[in-house]
Amino acid sequence: MSETAVPVTTKKDWSSDQEVRWCPGCGDYSILTALQMLMPELGVRRENTVFVSGIGCAARFPYYMNTYGMHGIHGRAPAIATGLAVSRPDLDVWVITGDGDALSIGGNHLIHALRRNVNLTIILFNNQIYGLTKGQYSPTSEVGKVTKSTPFGSVDQPFNPISLALGAEATFVARTHDMDRKHMMETFRRAHDHKGGAFVEVYQNCNVFNDGAFEQITSREARPQMLIPLEHGKPIRFGPDGGRGVVLDGQGRAKIVDVAEVGEDRILVHDEKRDEPGLAFMLSRLAKGPFEPTPVGVFRAVDRPTYGEAMQHQLVDAQQRLGPGDLTKLLHSGATWEV
Amino acid sequence: MTDTTQHALRELDRVVIRFAGDSGDGMQLTGDRFTNVSALFGNDIATLPDFPAEIRAPAGTLAGVSAFQIHISDHEISTPGDAPNVLVAMNPAALKANIRDLPVGGTLIVNVDSFEDRNLAKAGYAENPLHDDTLKGYTVYEVPMTSLTIQATSEIGAKPRDAERSKNFFALGLVSWIYTRPVEPTLEWIKQRFAKNEQVMNANLLAFKAGYNFGETAELFESAYEVKPSTHLPGTYTNITGNTAMAWGLVAAGQLAKLPVFLASYPITPASDILHELSKHKNFGVRTMQAEDEIAAAGAVVGSAFGGHLGVTTTSGPGVDLKAETVGLAISLELPLVLIDIQRGGPSTGLPTKTEQSDLLLALFGRHGESPLPVLAASTPAHCFYAAIEAARIALKYRTPVILLSDGYLANSSEPWRIPDVESLPAIDVPFATEPNHDGPDGTRLFWPYLRDEATLARPWAVPGTPGLEHRIGGLEKEDGTGNVSYDPANHEKMVRLRAAKVAGIATDISPVEVDHEDGAEVLVLGWGSTYGAIAAGVQRTRARGRKVAQAHLVHLNPFPPNLVEVLRRYRKVLIPELNLGQLSKVVRADFLVDARSLTKVQAQPFKAAEIEQAILECMQ
Repeated sequence: MSETAVPVTTKKDWSSDQEVRWCPGCGDYSILTALQMLMPELGVRRENTVFVSGIGCAARFPYYMNTYGMHGIHGRAPAIATGLAVSRPDLDVWVITGDGDALSIGGNHLIHALRRNVNLTIILFNNQIYGLTKGQYSPTSEVGKVTKSTPFGSVDQPFNPISLALGAEATFVARTHDMDRKHMMETFRRAHDHKGGAFVEVYQNCNVFNDGAFEQITSREARPQMLIPLEHGKPIRFGPDGGRGVVLDGQGRAKIVDVAEVGEDRILVHDEKRDEPGLAFMLSRLAKGPFEPTPVGVFRAVDRPTYGEAMQHQLVDAQQRLGPGDLTKLLHSGATWEV
Repeated sequence: MTDTTQHALRELDRVVIRFAGDSGDGMQLTGDRFTNVSALFGNDIATLPDFPAEIRAPAGTLAGVSAFQIHISDHEISTPGDAPNVLVAMNPAALKANIRDLPVGGTLIVNVDSFEDRNLAKAGYAENPLHDDTLKGYTVYEVPMTSLTIQATSEIGAKPRDAERSKNFFALGLVSWIYTRPVEPTLEWIKQRFAKNEQVMNANLLAFKAGYNFGETAELFESAYEVKPSTHLPGTYTNITGNTAMAWGLVAAGQLAKLPVFLASYPITPASDILHELSKHKNFGVRTMQAEDEIAAAGAVVGSAFGGHLGVTTTSGPGVDLKAETVGLAISLELPLVLIDIQRGGPSTGLPTKTEQSDLLLALFGRHGESPLPVLAASTPAHCFYAAIEAARIALKYRTPVILLSDGYLANSSEPWRIPDVESLPAIDVPFATEPNHDGPDGTRLFWPYLRDEATLARPWAVPGTPGLEHRIGGLEKEDGTGNVSYDPANHEKMVRLRAAKVAGIATDISPVEVDHEDGAEVLVLGWGSTYGAIAAGVQRTRARGRKVAQAHLVHLNPFPPNLVEVLRRYRKVLIPELNLGQLSKVVRADFLVDARSLTKVQAQPFKAAEIEQAILECMQ
């Protein structure tokens, strides 16, 4: 790593020379733009930045970033990125994934990367459909989804990605959407700056196979009524003039109310730093789907030692205790005899 | 402890002893101890641990029998012995499971205390075999090991139930007396091993001494035996198992390449010991990760290799299947990694603790698409050390995944190893790319990740953190040179052929296969992997009959050594013994149009020298 100041860069410096090949109108474009615009603001170097992906539309992302990158295999990006991040703690490692990649074929790797708190920034493009394989239902598709593989409607219960990440005790969990570049950039910035496994769900429109999946909550007109901004230390309110809010009811459940009816004092103050993930989980259950008021922003941001750090400590500790490795000594460490 | 002078002392040139008991009886520990003391004494040794997959199968049953065979000799030996000369059976089930291997005239030492109705019934004996003529033809010693152990340990107030657990040390003591093993190393070892529990330490010491003294005083045994030290090459020796040698070889490879080692593995028998061993050596900068599954382990290794580390994953059986996709990715990415497959009986879960050589075709061909990679196999426990270094060398130099095959037998068995001078091990040169390597159309210097070295056809290895070499790689087909995604038909064919040529070209960079030739030999025995010892012993037996035979053993299975074709053509007949249904012979026949004869065995046990000898003789007819 160079000791010199991080060079000043622009979006162009972070864009590769490869032609972007997503369908025209795809939500992926706005996510790409948000990240390419954000990178110059992060104070990081291109050579120390790595994007790792699996398979799917989202997984083409690394080809478009002028950084180090790897387009891996389906579902395995968190595993590949884990090996890279723990071997090379000096790097900034991002994982770009989709709902099929992260939650179906790669579900195991995702939860284990999160529980280990590997220093990764994981961006999940959730479009609730399989795009690259041309339109089958995904593990986030709503029950009853009619697709090529479910002509009579899907019958399986979807995952809520935020609930899943919280269940795995991820130390940073957030949600944003592809219609709001500013919110995306701010959320990605927070995720990047978080030390440990950061998980961001991005509601992303697939205009070919699942057009308008999030329109009821993310369209410019709907947002004030339907998106609940989570801001640390502030009462959770939304709607015109913050007329609606979230309270905990007598059963300990989160509930949406009219602020005027219950009084401002009863409105839940958001605490993303709460160690215990239960309340954040409750917030993740507020909406049954992207047709009800839905929280966006940072659900949880807590500190915990990262996996790579802990591994590094053991190496340093072993070297201090035992001295640097001596191969001759190792080969003679069992019972030996002379002939 | 008394000396043995009052007994006759008979000299033996070699002896094969098998300890067999319940899996809770500590037979592996007993065998291991006897091995180490014999190695320290200077005998040549070869061992064959044989234990069930269940941690504690129901006590006293056939399924729960655990055995450890050791061959000690005053001359060089290469196998744990075809059949035991002495069987120590701790209970009726151990007797029943092992007696068929003991040749008539062999010595049988039984713990007579355990031959009571319940245990006899569990082993399926209607009558006590000690009381009928089942054991006619054997020299049987009935020793009340349990009660003598309880008696011996009563002085320290051990409860009978606890005391009984020391009976394996009684057996060890007794056999140590019979074969005049030095006593002090074992006493010292017991003290260290059980230092944390004084009661157990003392019970084991007393049991061991009681067993030793029983041999001396009971006048049951006519004589003790002596197996003199073997004449090895001068040097410092240690007794080593294949898995330990493998782990040390990986540490050495990291040191020789000046790269940190990253091992990610998922626990699986019989490969786990490599993970255990490497986890101890963090002061070498070795990172070990117990991954969430086999696939993640392979994936993490690909990630570490991208980051410039020596990435290794170890597995066995079904774990190899699960890693196939990731290995294919590494072939496409052209990143170095080493996959170590400790082969075991298959298919599916198969025989987890038993040996087999049935993954050769899987290693060679078990991936979709045209996906060649180098394949190597270790031939003896100590050879695992050198094989690990060679696998790493090839992976790093050619930027390719390498599969290194070992097996359950090599993994757990041990042999004396003359420890090499570390200075004599060849350095592994790893040149990371540091500069752009191509001129763009406008004269700017560019980095092309797939612009190959003309001699090796390896692509440059540029690791993140290197300014100016930022690049993207992936599993999609890429354009020759630039590495950009390409669906161009001609480019795909070019890339497929380039990847194949790169692996095939390694043939010029490996040792030729050596032939142990005899003038007049018309039969060549060609082997690979852990059958080396049995084949060498079978060849020696054949020669002892005055028959001419040649032997060659392959370490490199893809590509083959370039002289193999010439070697095969030199002999009228080629015999290929394998612990599978003829996998190498299939490849040899296909690649060289040689009418190789296959000797196969899939009993989850190594070949016996006699089986090899017989096949050679049949081949000569």
